[in-house]
Amino acid sequence: MARRSGALGWLGPAVVVGGLIPVIVMALDAGSGALGANPVQRVQLQTGVLTLALLLLSLACTPLRLVFGWTWPARIRKALGLLAFVYAALHFLVYLFDKGILNSDFGLQTILTDIVKRPFITAGFAALLLLVPLALTSFKGSVKRLGFARWTALHRLVYVAAALGVLHYWWGVKKDHTQPLIYAGVLLLLFAARWLWKKRKVTPRAKKRPVGGL
Amino acid sequence: MTDSNKKPQEPASRIVTPTSSRREFLKSAGLFTGTAALLGGGLELLSRHPGASAESAVPGSPIVQAKRPLGPYDTSEPVTPYEQATTYNNYYEFGTDKADPARMAGTLHTRPWTIKIDGEVKKPQTVDIDTLQSWFPLEDRIYRMRCVEGWSMVMPWLGFPLGSLIRRLEPTSKAKYVQFTALLDPKQFPGQRADVLNWPYVEGLRLDEALHPLAFMAVGLNGRILPGQNGAPLRLVVPWKYGFKGIKAIVRITLTAKQPQTTWSLAAPDEYGFYANVNPKVDHPRWSQATERRIGELSRRPTLPFNGYAKEVASLYSGMDLRKFF
Repeated sequence: MARRSGALGWLGPAVVVGGLIPVIVMALDAGSGALGANPVQRVQLQTGVLTLALLLLSLACTPLRLVFGWTWPARIRKALGLLAFVYAALHFLVYLFDKGILNSDFGLQTILTDIVKRPFITAGFAALLLLVPLALTSFKGSVKRLGFARWTALHRLVYVAAALGVLHYWWGVKKDHTQPLIYAGVLLLLFAARWLWKKRKVTPRAKKRPVGGL
Repeated sequence: MTDSNKKPQEPASRIVTPTSSRREFLKSAGLFTGTAALLGGGLELLSRHPGASAESAVPGSPIVQAKRPLGPYDTSEPVTPYEQATTYNNYYEFGTDKADPARMAGTLHTRPWTIKIDGEVKKPQTVDIDTLQSWFPLEDRIYRMRCVEGWSMVMPWLGFPLGSLIRRLEPTSKAKYVQFTALLDPKQFPGQRADVLNWPYVEGLRLDEALHPLAFMAVGLNGRILPGQNGAPLRLVVPWKYGFKGIKAIVRITLTAKQPQTTWSLAAPDEYGFYANVNPKVDHPRWSQATERRIGELSRRPTLPFNGYAKEVASLYSGMDLRKFF
């Protein structure tokens, strides 16, 4: 068993490197002008899509174990989640830049008004806020410090964050909702897999319960 | 192959050990690289949409036309580079991505091309684009263009005032509005195969707006024939309104007594109105309209009322509540 985990030692670093490749490509694109006529908007959209993609990948780890019995996805779930957070943070930084962080009249007021006034921004910002405690408690000691039950409960917030993220994408698109629909579909599929498995696992116990109660 | 390698070969275990650990290392390195490339590549495939390259910009043949000095309506602001103006376009008939129009514009054939003129006019007719163009002396107009999405360009159009065309058609006393209809042809417009909008694209102006000297019909850009992605062969340019009012590939002009139902105001009535005057004080429901990014610049600049043409056009809307008639 120990030999086996050693054999998979390359997996975590590979995910981190692979997950950061888009940052490198974006930087190269920025240099070569391949980001197009509106590079800020391009980076904004790309970091947003990457956040969602990585978030969904991290949410796919458990269903993959449940459905196919694979254990390796559990080893990269944290890396995928943290990568999603990195892209969400980048996405927010680009938003701040776009809002005029360099302008003299830029202030907290402008940002707060925008976040409160526009549901589309509210959803995205809420999703980011929900990811912050998850990122902060993703380190080794956190599970011990919080206790497994509380840590697990806290990390269920990722479901809400992902749903808000998809909603944010949906609202942000002007007309053609194909892309957000795909992300919403995958998210629902992952939720469904979890739910079905839970139901299947719970059913035998639920049958027994009346007997126990008597 | 992996399986046969794994099988312990019978002789000399002292030799097998170093070899297999080296093999193990190479295998891990390979898997590491493969996985990183696969994930990185997959993410790139999902998220990367490089802008259209400059080569995909259809250059367009030059119109024989000497550049005129700045006229009374021209801005002296730097003109948006031709490459960007022809590769960053909203033109849903070609697709919803801004790089789609430049890539797909080759499917559009703008000659022969006729424009039907009907409705409340004394001279209804169907006219060829070249004939229509020859009715008027072509002039340059360097206008600001502000998109409802919050970006802007400076466009050197070539064409003629819409008012000249309307007067030539001789509107009847019932004419109050001008309705424009774009070409409907999914063979030439691949984007029309999807129900993204109600095709064909329809836009309209009030008659007094259409007669304003700023309202313009463009047949060229940067001294060349208008490229497909920018609205060839004939498009509307109303510089004090959001860009989506500037309907492209016009095939029909109808003068009407009633206000036309326009495509975007039908698609999302709470977001896009009939008037669509550039107004920094009236937000789009999902974003502020107070600022804009000029293409080619990184930071934003304040948006001006009527896109900076308030002096010329504000009187058209005196007494109107521009929050209601947005």
